[in-house]
Amino acid sequence: MQYLDNYLQSKGGYDYTNVKRNELMKAQGFKEMPFTKTGTTIVGVLFDGGVVMAADTRATAGSIVADKNCEKLHVLAPNIWAAGAGTAADLHHQCAHFNAKLKLQRLNLNRQSRVNEVITKLTSKLFPYRGNIGVALIIGGIDCNGPQLASVSPHGNYVYHPFQSMGSGSLAALGILEAKFQDGLTKQQAIDLAIEAIEAGIFHDMGSGSNVDVVAITKDGADYKRNIRQYNAKSYQRQIPYDFPINNTPALRKYQFDIEKQELTEVGQEMEIIE
Amino acid sequence: MYIPMNEMLKHFKQDVPTMANITHKSEQWSPYHDNSGTVLAVGIPGAVIVAGDTRLSNGYNIMSRDATKLSQLTDKCVLATAGQYADFIALRKFLQQRLQLYEFQNEVQASTETVAHLLSRELYSRRFFPYYTFNLLAGLDENNHGFVYGYDAIGSYDKMTYGVQGSGQELVVAVLDNQLKGYNKINKTIPQTREEILDIILDCFSCAAERDIHTGDNVEILIITSAGTERLIKPLRKD
Repeated sequence: MQYLDNYLQSKGGYDYTNVKRNELMKAQGFKEMPFTKTGTTIVGVLFDGGVVMAADTRATAGSIVADKNCEKLHVLAPNIWAAGAGTAADLHHQCAHFNAKLKLQRLNLNRQSRVNEVITKLTSKLFPYRGNIGVALIIGGIDCNGPQLASVSPHGNYVYHPFQSMGSGSLAALGILEAKFQDGLTKQQAIDLAIEAIEAGIFHDMGSGSNVDVVAITKDGADYKRNIRQYNAKSYQRQIPYDFPINNTPALRKYQFDIEKQELTEVGQEMEIIE
Repeated sequence: MYIPMNEMLKHFKQDVPTMANITHKSEQWSPYHDNSGTVLAVGIPGAVIVAGDTRLSNGYNIMSRDATKLSQLTDKCVLATAGQYADFIALRKFLQQRLQLYEFQNEVQASTETVAHLLSRELYSRRFFPYYTFNLLAGLDENNHGFVYGYDAIGSYDKMTYGVQGSGQELVVAVLDNQLKGYNKINKTIPQTREEILDIILDCFSCAAERDIHTGDNVEILIITSAGTERLIKPLRKD
């Protein structure tokens, strides 16, 4: 198998064999399937002794809300959390994959996971896919080098900064963060700032909404508050409740299934569609 | 296995999407913008109820939380429009001016049926550069019975008892079919009073605001009767 290794080495790192196939499929009219995106607001804020991360809870599929209360804060390690914006499926699977990978490494080496290690592994995975894995993450955690906060873009670029925001509501949140962030915040001040930034995203960006989730990571562990704020209860309850009495819905056909004989038989007469 | 350099380069030059051979199609400027939102109207004997949310959107941004989609054209009829706001303003201006002229010339306000026909002709006059508007014209007819005329973008219209247009249309119309017409019910119990119908309308908007990102902020309701017009505003989700 030596020749195969040499061949693969000489080809280089990137595999473009599917490019022609994809172009051919598009020309034949194959439509790309729409993914569920999270159209999100996520923020991270660094404070004295730890890092706070917050996210909204709306998942959208186009202009419809797919999930009114989804979880966007994912655990990568007991001391490292990720907040994710982008394609929902990619986020879930990539975070689960890295969680498992880090756990195995901790078991092998008997050492705490480090934030810069997560960044390196993530960006190495994302870059070869040229942005097709749609994950925009904020990674925050505390390790032997202190508290750290970084953001990773889908193409594999990363930035370390004391405050971050990602997602469709990132500009609304960034306005609040740029105005109000200072070095040397306390834990409670950082939590309040993060919640305020997410609030801006929830009310001024239509891709974000519903509630706020917060996690505060310090040396003592991660303090996760699911739905720490809930703003928008359903605005109206019907005075006269909906009435759906039994046997009021016309059935076009009725079948009976005999479990013992494993037989399906039609019962009664075929009804007409009533308008 | 040894591959000569020029063979390898030929392979790469053809297939690799380098900066040299990616052609960027620049997005053509479009004169249309969808400012979205939902409108609905229900007609009953003696009254017509028209409702529209007050959110004006542009993509993921909110332009206004307080923009009306309803316009009262005569004492008896109201225009409710979803789609492009600029085209709604232009259409409204044309109709208001033309109906004022009608009133001066004929010494009586135009009937709802007349306004419906006028709107259809105006929309069709722009057949080849349409108004991006999805209209409902709701009003009382000569017998004081409420009806709704529903339109497409180029003026095809039909007289109905209720109609929904806009981004929340698919979410709401099936509920109204079941509650106001008794679709898929053997014993149809159709609400007759104004209060029952208002109850259904408010619930429809509240549910549309839950699942449609473009619907929210407030819902504005106009109730037209021969005695006059009543206006209500109820809050909706603001996120």
